Amino acid sequence: MKKTLCALLSGVMAAAAVLTSCGGSNTTLEEPRAEYTRDLAGTTLNVFNWGLYISDGSEGSFDVNKAFEELTGIKVNYMNYESNEAMYAKLKSGAVSYDIIIPSDYMIERLKNEDMLQKLDMSKITNYDLIYEKYKNLYFDENNEYSVPYNVGLVGLIYNTTMVDGTPDSWSVMWDEKYADNILTFNNPRDAFAIAQFLLGIDVNTTDKAEWDRAAEKLKEQNKVLQARVMDEVFNKMEGGNAALAPYYAGDFLTMQENNPDLAFVYPKEGTNIFVDSVCVPANAANYDAAMMYINFLLEPEVALANAEYMCYASPNTAVINNPEYEYYQNEILYPSNADEMNTEYFYDIDIETRTYYEKLWEEILLAD
Amino acid sequence: MKKRSLMQRLLGAPYILWAAIFIIVPLIIVVYYSFTDSAGNFTLDNIKGLAGYKDIFLISIEYSLIATVITLLISYPFAYIMSRKKESTQRIMMMLVMLPMWMNLLIRTYSWMNILEKNGIINNFLALIGVEPLKMIGTPGAVIFGMIYNYIPYMILPIYSVMAKIEPSLLEAAEDLGSNGFSKLRRIILPLSMPGVVSGFTMVFVPSVSTFYISQKLGGKIMLVGDAIEKQIQSLYNYNLGAALSLVLMVLILLSMALMKKFAGDSGDNILV
Amino acid sequence: MKKHSGNIFIGIIYFLLYAPLLVMVFFSFNEAKSTSVFTGFSLKWYRELFASSTTMTALKNTLILAVLSSVIATVIGTAAAVYIYYLRKKWWKNTLDIVTNIPMMNPDIVTGVSLMLLFVFVGRLVGAANSLSFITLLIAHVTFNLPYVILNVLPKLNQTDSHLVEAAQDLGSTPTEAFFRVILPAIMPGVTSGLLMAFTLSLDDFVISYYTTGSSFQTLPLLIFSMTKKAVKPDMYALSTIIFVTVLVLLLAVNIGQIKAAEKNEKHK
Repeated sequence: MKKTLCALLSGVMAAAAVLTSCGGSNTTLEEPRAEYTRDLAGTTLNVFNWGLYISDGSEGSFDVNKAFEELTGIKVNYMNYESNEAMYAKLKSGAVSYDIIIPSDYMIERLKNEDMLQKLDMSKITNYDLIYEKYKNLYFDENNEYSVPYNVGLVGLIYNTTMVDGTPDSWSVMWDEKYADNILTFNNPRDAFAIAQFLLGIDVNTTDKAEWDRAAEKLKEQNKVLQARVMDEVFNKMEGGNAALAPYYAGDFLTMQENNPDLAFVYPKEGTNIFVDSVCVPANAANYDAAMMYINFLLEPEVALANAEYMCYASPNTAVINNPEYEYYQNEILYPSNADEMNTEYFYDIDIETRTYYEKLWEEILLAD
Repeated sequence: MKKRSLMQRLLGAPYILWAAIFIIVPLIIVVYYSFTDSAGNFTLDNIKGLAGYKDIFLISIEYSLIATVITLLISYPFAYIMSRKKESTQRIMMMLVMLPMWMNLLIRTYSWMNILEKNGIINNFLALIGVEPLKMIGTPGAVIFGMIYNYIPYMILPIYSVMAKIEPSLLEAAEDLGSNGFSKLRRIILPLSMPGVVSGFTMVFVPSVSTFYISQKLGGKIMLVGDAIEKQIQSLYNYNLGAALSLVLMVLILLSMALMKKFAGDSGDNILV
Repeated sequence: MKKHSGNIFIGIIYFLLYAPLLVMVFFSFNEAKSTSVFTGFSLKWYRELFASSTTMTALKNTLILAVLSSVIATVIGTAAAVYIYYLRKKWWKNTLDIVTNIPMMNPDIVTGVSLMLLFVFVGRLVGAANSLSFITLLIAHVTFNLPYVILNVLPKLNQTDSHLVEAAQDLGSTPTEAFFRVILPAIMPGVTSGLLMAFTLSLDDFVISYYTTGSSFQTLPLLIFSMTKKAVKPDMYALSTIIFVTVLVLLLAVNIGQIKAAEKNEKHK
């Protein structure tokens, strides 16, 4: 038995050694728009980002981090988180120092208010002029001092055309008894409540407890037709034809549609959530200058293009949006032509008291029949 | 005797030191957070606030208990049959039992969803033979099944490792003296394997009560105490309530274990006490 | 008859254990980027795997961590189990029993966060910029592995004839010799299953790892779980398949080797 285990362990380690020496992909920037020096070569940059949120060389794509390392000689440590809250917990504890984080809008507001971010040196981020005007001066960073947009997204309704009659155009279809046990919704309170709030015409950032109660009642009504509350399982559920309706992000719909052409997407008339993920630098960052270089690098047309095509979300970078060779150039789903008429709302950071209140409501909803 | 106790102390010292720093101190931190509010003042509000979670606690313990008992019922005969095989076969079987757990939890769960979904493998197969589709995902059964699946090896291995050393000659002697299968089980195998059973029970019941991922993915609409704790700590950044929930959970588990020890009687005595 | 029904039962259980693995292997050859819709056979995800240095590094890290933490936990845990077994004072034995169970009783997130807070406290004390690193991660893993090792070794100790040890000492061996030559071989199955469990737990841990790792040590579970905002691609399935097949092959190879060695021994007799 001992022998088996020893052989196993050593075999497994040998495999590991062999595996790490393999690999190779596209890692050179053809035409850099900005100047990059090797002054900081040998230093490290700690990046903390969502999973699958950067072009990493798979499927022949551009490997952003490798390219940056080649260009500047700075070593990139790349770690992931699966939610804003998880990132916040790690950051707040002060346990680790990161140089780059990519939170969502409301989280940036919270971090800024808690003095956990530091200002960016815009003179070093020369590619900033590429950012689309619409995504400058956003509510959480009115003077564009703390963040640079990375990704833009919209929530919409995904539905299976073989299981749903006609073309739904309202969030109310998610309460329709016709589709009982075939309806999915978000497994987190903010996104789930937002749908009810849009339907009832309530502000998604309200602090009025009575309004949250109304939305909660609406959500409780939905329980009897719900199949499940999901996040990542939505891919398998919709692609596999296990459910008829699900709210999710536009870019992810495109991925799902590739695997199941029966799926369609619509932006309900009552309005929907728009979000922006931006690059920020924490207050306790150790390598500020490298961070500036990295942000500038992310804005490079080639890099932004690779990222946009990899993630399938909308890009805030004009060099991508106006590029006819961009895979999603003028894609109606990602860049709806009637975007200005749509009622899109950003999530703001809500005060802890209201947050605790709606979380309590959420628990009640989960436990109600 | 003196020599023995010196070596004994040496054996235990690393563990005691480790436990003191990395188990006791974090525990004190948990207790501290349970009895303070976010400003650091002493309060009993967290504990009082737990009254609303009574149902969640009960459901979680209920599901875990059911899952653990079923796991035991499956693992016991499995371990026995395994222990009667050739030694080389036993080794292979042991590895094969553990191997599925080397597959990442997320992937394991996704794969089960593939199998149990509305439009999944089982239902597609049933459709082929003309049977009505079954609703599997989103039921308590799925959650319990998930628990059983993820913890079975932790019940099989300890029971097996104890059963492997039950002398076959003992059983032969019993047979010669007129014992049939059932009484052999009751009088020889069961008592001798008890230490392994108790260990296995602990290693399955205890973690499954605080599990959170399985219920979210396979249950769909069900919230267990692990989910509640995760929400308090992660989404609400309320370490105080989360710690209180965890502390109460710990106490409940200790109580359940004490009850179980009483039930198992003296044969269980040696391991845990 | 009995033997056959027993084997059928074992077969069924193994089938259930491996059912999701079969699904996983199946989808690892998927042409599409989906883990629920199979469109055709393709090896592309296996190729993809090697192109991603992030994945390969995470795999290497996970293996190193699992090996180290399980070995360390087994050494400390086995010694602890022997220590606990020979204890006379009941109150102390009871206390240690409860302490042993604590890491198992807490949900992972509580263990993870409380350890993180401990490490931050120590980090502040020594004025470090980063309180977390590979070492803190390793410590965390050993901590949650320990109960499983102890719970596997103790039953075996109970089984071991205590007279054996006394007899060995009477015959002149020192306590150390008695330990290594008498006790250890007798409890070996327990030690081995403890090691195996510890290794498995470490391979799969996500929550505790998240809260106790530093900025540069990424493990496979961390990588995979962070993919949950978007979708997990079949390349992770391919990775798992490779791990599974590698272990299976090694297992068979070693066992065939041992059978051959046993046959050789027979001949030489």
